Amino acid sequence: MAGTAVRGRLTWQVATVASVRPETASVSTIEFDLQDWAGHQAGQHVDVRLTADDGYVAERSYSIASAPGERLQLTVERLENGEVSPYLTEELRAGDQIEIRGPIGGYFVWDGDDASTPLLLVAGGSGVVPFRSMLRHRARIGSNVPVRLLYSARRLPDVIYRTELDMAGDGAEVIYTLTREQPPGWAGHSGRVDAALLTEVAWAPDRRPLAFVCGPTAFVEIVAGELVSLGYPPDRIKTERYGGVGAP
Amino acid sequence: MLEPTGEDEAMSPISRGFHGRHRDPDVDPSRVPPGQYVTTDFPVLSAGPTPHTPLENWTFSIKQGGQTAKSWSWQQIRDLPSEEVAADIHCVTKWTKLDTRWQAVSLDTLLAQVEREAQYVLAFCDGGYTTNLPLADVTGGRAWLAYGYDGGPLQPEHGGPARLLVPHLYFWKSAKWVRGLELLVHDEPGFWERYGYNNYGDPWREQRYAGD
Repeated sequence: MAGTAVRGRLTWQVATVASVRPETASVSTIEFDLQDWAGHQAGQHVDVRLTADDGYVAERSYSIASAPGERLQLTVERLENGEVSPYLTEELRAGDQIEIRGPIGGYFVWDGDDASTPLLLVAGGSGVVPFRSMLRHRARIGSNVPVRLLYSARRLPDVIYRTELDMAGDGAEVIYTLTREQPPGWAGHSGRVDAALLTEVAWAPDRRPLAFVCGPTAFVEIVAGELVSLGYPPDRIKTERYGGVGAP
Repeated sequence: MLEPTGEDEAMSPISRGFHGRHRDPDVDPSRVPPGQYVTTDFPVLSAGPTPHTPLENWTFSIKQGGQTAKSWSWQQIRDLPSEEVAADIHCVTKWTKLDTRWQAVSLDTLLAQVEREAQYVLAFCDGGYTTNLPLADVTGGRAWLAYGYDGGPLQPEHGGPARLLVPHLYFWKSAKWVRGLELLVHDEPGFWERYGYNNYGDPWREQRYAGD
């Protein structure tokens, strides 16, 4: 049943930075060249290891932003007082080398195999990253699975991948809600994702939708709970929580 | 550190311009396993929605050979002797939290009430989650059924009403919303173990993923 076959040891490998591109004021996408990348599934993550010149090591996990078959991209949000994310978003530049191992995780993944059920993606903040991989994968394989992405961000300038998401089409709908501030004439939704918004946006449960929810813990708790209330079976709701790991 | 295996012998490249935070002088480095960092938060990792089973419907069962060998109601569990457990916990997602305090019943207390031939246990939970452990790792005062955290009840997002507490292994082995143990003669991988995570999960040997 594992989506990812156990393929023996996941080894650390050196990844060379091909490019670093800012997405928003605090978020950047880093593209890597890897010698030996076995490929990944949309929704998986990798471990990143940094080594200081005195041998000090720090490891973190990041979701993969690129589609299977594309060069590996990670989209990283700089966390206040973070140890690794400020380095990745502000210091790293093309030609630098870090270590990566992966891909990791076989549950929060979408292969596009099941064409019969619509897909609901609910993102809070940088929780949109694995969904960008899924949406790109869907486009690359020519899937016509209907998909709705409900994306909650604080303000419009905080929306990651906005240009790309705005061009989504062909059975992919992107619905934004802005929680803190809306620009003049904003036609999207306002406020946090709640029962009313999910009732409006989520596929009816009788279509057997598959839901993925990714974001901060409190966001995921609320959204997943509301989806259960709407009639989504718990085993059709896959979650990934960015568990308040901002502080370290 | 990991034991050197051919693949790991290559030196890690220096990450230009990375200095890291290094160690917090208040943290004893011998308490932080390799690749982990200390957090004061209590992050949450779950694969699906948080289940909410009413306590009047809640039981904890030990199963063996397809039969329920012993089952306790919530009140029966609460009436058993419990202890306050202080433990450092280590999540495979890299955070370590020191000095957590739990109110918990030793699994020794529960397992003592069952005749057993098993070498392994598979913990099963509300929401369908499972995780496997050697019996030796859940006996001998190293594993608990925890229902209190930091002086209060264990909150649902952290696995309440009750979760396993097996602090010497990565925290996914400390199954949330646990409803019982299945005693097994042969090992059987649980939920994350089938998705590429390590079968045993010793943080001190950094056994995060299959093959580590």
